[in-house]
Amino acid sequence: MNPTQRHGVGIKVRGLRKSYDGQLVLRDISFEVAPGEIFVIMGPSGSGKSVLLKHLIGLEKPDAGEILIDNEPISSPGLMDRHRIAMVFQSSALLNSLTVGENVGLYLTEHRLKPPAEIEKIVAEKLELVGLAGAQDKLPSELSGGMKKRAALARALVVEPELLLYDEPTSELDPLMAVTVAEEILKLNRRMSVTSVVVTHDRDLAFGIADRIALIHDGTIDSIGTPEEVRRTANPLFQRFLAADFNLKQLSDKT
Amino acid sequence: MFENIGQILILIWRTFQALPLVVRHKKKVLEQLFEIGNASLLMACVLSLFIGGVLALQTGVALAERGLSSFVGQIVGLSMCKELGPVMMAVFISGRIGSAMAAEIGSMAVYQEIDALKTLNINPVHYLVLPRLVAISIALPILVVFSNLVGWFGGAVVSVYNYKVAISYAAYFNSLRSGVDFVDVANGLIKSLVFAVIIGAVSCHQGLRTVGGPRGIGRSVTKAVVNSIVLILILDYFLTRLLMHLDR
Repeated sequence: MNPTQRHGVGIKVRGLRKSYDGQLVLRDISFEVAPGEIFVIMGPSGSGKSVLLKHLIGLEKPDAGEILIDNEPISSPGLMDRHRIAMVFQSSALLNSLTVGENVGLYLTEHRLKPPAEIEKIVAEKLELVGLAGAQDKLPSELSGGMKKRAALARALVVEPELLLYDEPTSELDPLMAVTVAEEILKLNRRMSVTSVVVTHDRDLAFGIADRIALIHDGTIDSIGTPEEVRRTANPLFQRFLAADFNLKQLSDKT
Repeated sequence: MFENIGQILILIWRTFQALPLVVRHKKKVLEQLFEIGNASLLMACVLSLFIGGVLALQTGVALAERGLSSFVGQIVGLSMCKELGPVMMAVFISGRIGSAMAAEIGSMAVYQEIDALKTLNINPVHYLVLPRLVAISIALPILVVFSNLVGWFGGAVVSVYNYKVAISYAAYFNSLRSGVDFVDVANGLIKSLVFAVIIGAVSCHQGLRTVGGPRGIGRSVTKAVVNSIVLILILDYFLTRLLMHLDR
């Protein structure tokens, strides 16, 4: 399929429940993401955001409920062959035994989608796009946390996905690079109508790129809406979460 | 335990099913082969030299006391190729290579690299297990051939230079040649092939199911080595019975 003709996929999540060792982590989560939408899942640490994201790509199996990708259950055999889905992990998850270039080109190499010379060219382009030009021969252990994150983003971009999942894409990045990543998420969305699901607690990123935001706390979704609607949430926890800011003078007065 | 054995058998089956893909992964197979050979060959030869030597010493002295020292070559030859070569090499390789496989794959599991492979629609069994299992299945029988040759030589040196045994090289190798035929060597190689599959599958299985950070990796490595050795020793008995039955 020509990448320019590709479009994003729709997601439906219904009654999703997951527990680990008797502890309920996701409680009856239901929402829908429209094709081509940028959907941000925001909430405090430990609220179940990353677990939810792993369910959306089939890395975790739910105890109950279902996830449909373009009306097809995520567990359907061959779903990943029919739909290009990629994920940018919070920990980057680069393969440490491969160079950055091999990591970025891994999808194309393993699926034999392009000849080696073309793969090298694509890898160089994607690395330049994320500000890592010339880093092909470096090993992941030679990169900083932020550089690893950018290399992981380049690896996901190579897939030219229909659904792109981001787990805390701006953590460990400096503000300038965070803006670059946010721009890249938007550009991808505009260019290929890729459906993007972003898990973050970076409010600037969430309100800067989201078409809709879901606020999640303690394994349940508190509210879903446009950034403007979400700002008006009545939940005091989220009011504090959205308004929280360093006030050093107040802090020093308290101590 | 039975769940683990079931999972290991499923892993072996899935790897066998993926065998036609091995050509696509030939570079990884060669890398693994080089790593196994590089890490093990010298040490395997040193071990085998002394195993052959001690076999000749233990049996040779007892045989010489009874005037049967001409049989020492036969005893060392058969013991090495049918039993000690395959079993000792398998135990050595499970410690040297199985542990490394479990540690490497375990580390990949803990640091989400295997999850990353899955999200790229790359099957971890094809990408990680297949090349390792194929490489170890080629490498272990080759190591056993080296082990047999070096072990026989070690036995010869002791048989010739130990004053209690003191037979000639010609007498030793004539005895060896009269007692050991191709079927005996083939028996050992068949055993080593089965042991290689067990070591590869157990180590990769332990690596893939690793959880819990560095401590989890350590646990996986220990389990991979211990379980491999236990399975090798148990299977050795049943394989010996089976091969003896087929020999008749």
